[in-house]
Amino acid sequence: MEQKERVKMSELRADERIRPPKAYDEVALGYTEEEAVTESKRCIQCKNPQCVKGCPVEIDIPRFIKKITERDFQESVRIIKEKNNLPAICGRVCPQETQCEQKCILGKKGSPIAIGALERFVADWQIKNMTEFPKTNIKLKEKIAVVGSGPAGLTCAGDLARSGYKVTIFEALHEPGGVLRYGIPSFRLPREILDYEINYIKSLGVEIICNVLIGKTYTISELFNMGYNSIFIGSGAGLPYFPKISGMNLCRIYSANEFLTRINLMHADKFPEYDTPINIGNRVTVIGGGNTAMDSARCSLRLINSLTRNSRSVDSSVTIIYRRTEQEMPARAAEIEHVKEEGINFMFLTQPVRFIGDNRGFVTGIECLKCELGAPDETGRRRPIPIKGSEFVIETDTVIIAVGLKSNPLIPKTTPDIKTNSDGDIIVNSETMETTLANVYAGGDIVGGEGTVIEAMGMGKRAAKSIIQKLS
Amino acid sequence: MIKIVNKKVIAENIVMIELESDSISKKIQAGQFIILRVNSKGERIPLTVVDKNCQKGTITLVYQIVGKTTKLLNKLNIGDSISDLVGPLGHPTEIKNYGTVVVVGGGVGIAELLPVSKSLKEIGNIVIGIIGAKTKNMLIFENEMRTVCDKLFITTDDGSYERKGFVTDVLKELLVQSTNNISIVYAVGPVPMMKSVCEITKLSNIKTIVSLNPIMVDGTGMCGSCRVSINNETKFACVDGPEFDGHAVDWDELSKRLKLFVEQEKVALDTLE
Repeated sequence: MEQKERVKMSELRADERIRPPKAYDEVALGYTEEEAVTESKRCIQCKNPQCVKGCPVEIDIPRFIKKITERDFQESVRIIKEKNNLPAICGRVCPQETQCEQKCILGKKGSPIAIGALERFVADWQIKNMTEFPKTNIKLKEKIAVVGSGPAGLTCAGDLARSGYKVTIFEALHEPGGVLRYGIPSFRLPREILDYEINYIKSLGVEIICNVLIGKTYTISELFNMGYNSIFIGSGAGLPYFPKISGMNLCRIYSANEFLTRINLMHADKFPEYDTPINIGNRVTVIGGGNTAMDSARCSLRLINSLTRNSRSVDSSVTIIYRRTEQEMPARAAEIEHVKEEGINFMFLTQPVRFIGDNRGFVTGIECLKCELGAPDETGRRRPIPIKGSEFVIETDTVIIAVGLKSNPLIPKTTPDIKTNSDGDIIVNSETMETTLANVYAGGDIVGGEGTVIEAMGMGKRAAKSIIQKLS
Repeated sequence: MIKIVNKKVIAENIVMIELESDSISKKIQAGQFIILRVNSKGERIPLTVVDKNCQKGTITLVYQIVGKTTKLLNKLNIGDSISDLVGPLGHPTEIKNYGTVVVVGGGVGIAELLPVSKSLKEIGNIVIGIIGAKTKNMLIFENEMRTVCDKLFITTDDGSYERKGFVTDVLKELLVQSTNNISIVYAVGPVPMMKSVCEITKLSNIKTIVSLNPIMVDGTGMCGSCRVSINNETKFACVDGPEFDGHAVDWDELSKRLKLFVEQEKVALDTLE
């Protein structure tokens, strides 16, 4: 029988996944082989595939899907890896609904083909079935340094290594992965998947050195002196934005970066087995409407449920406040759905104006204003306009600020020849990813705001391509 | 893995260790710090660097045994290794010839004061030192500070050594004597000490630099755990500091933020017992 509608991926039940023992297990469970083959057969193999145009790294999507219909999974994943070094990650965290799947012709009449789920299926198939990595041949003499081991850096390094260059990645933290490690929780991206993908990049001959902060341990010019011919900077948007409102530094107000880092990188959820603590109460409020806000809210819920004091049904709640409405939220639709399923509350059209604290300096409430939507702003989303006199107070004992990030200034500060714009982003040629300093390239969030994992990877790829062109 | 090449108890509960780190030893300057992790389940803690040896490629740290992490660190001996070390972090102290400088250090803060005092002396300042500890057994680097400073005053809270009282008692007297002509004060130690120093120097309008020690995680500006209010503006101690104009610091906020994990710290310590 011919499948008309998209094959739905099974998920952990909401009541099961928000508390131990499965609190940090992956929520989306992936296709079975039969499900993947059935879904792949829905692809009509367009002569002029639009989906490929929607992919920042231009994976040959129809061709890899065709191989799934033939159950040639090894060839399928090989086709993906021609363009994408990290398919098990992209298959999980890419916003396909606004990229490849949005362009899918099937979407005009029904649901588009589940490109992300199929990519994930073959990537996972490879992880399960191929224990050995292919051997690569590092034959060229030029050494290239990559700063940061997030999606941009890993991709750039992988492409350069596959072309035969000796690549060293310098990572500031004690474990590689960048935002994939400290930012994205394991229930969206299991650590063993991340580790596998990083090991794959290493198997290509890439060396990753942790605990090196470029700009401090070595400057960019010192890297050149150490014999690196070219440098790619993928140091990320490592600077959380705190709105300038009163009470911002009260205790138990965390940036999403700090909150997620404590859990994802430092394992505060397993405190005291792990030494890094987190201090949260029972009424958590997350401010923001992006994926980071969703991740923070879901982690909060899991933390509250894991803490033993909550075994005696303490009144607890997690609330996301956002100044626009659900339609304008930048988070992925699937993530918003997961948040709702897990019983997290939303308060839309709500803008915080002041944090209220007790005499010990702990947050106890947020004074907010109600908003209404006005005309669209420069982002095309309708602008929230606070309503005068609509002040009200949300009682809360923990606040997580997830309203955006800025570029980390460490490298531009210590390398004045690398010019930045007024936002602090490194200025690059968007085709070649060259910075204003010769032989230095940059990509990912350091060149502009908070993009997606795949956009960062796309920039890493473009940089690798121009480095290769320049050196060969 | 980072090897411990030397270890020495220098006072009651205060220990000095020398670690192998060629890159940091060649880079670190007075006023900067490092972050380390003892083992794979450990937390990241910032520590003061008291000395470096570029030839050997080592740095020397001082820690006070107070919590779980410093206890774990103290279980290690010469030849053992810690799992992670990153640095140098933060801005170096602005070293220039100010004229006469008063350097004030309390407790384990003296470890950070020493390299700053050395650098200030080397560039030609007259350096007057005031160092203090709870009790005689907890006083560190007396001899080293004596070598560096043109004049050195010592206080102990309990009077067990030299003058009984606080470093601020001496500072007040120095400020009254107009002949001292003090250009700048540099203070590092517990928050109450730095706060009192600033209250005193503010009255005489003498610029005061302090080195802050808020709770940190990554130390690269990525998390904002170490945010402090300087002239009502939020700054990150790890990348904007750790040194700030002491008269602009919101000390009450800093003390409160330092107590955020008090309960958890007790729980963590209990797991060791």
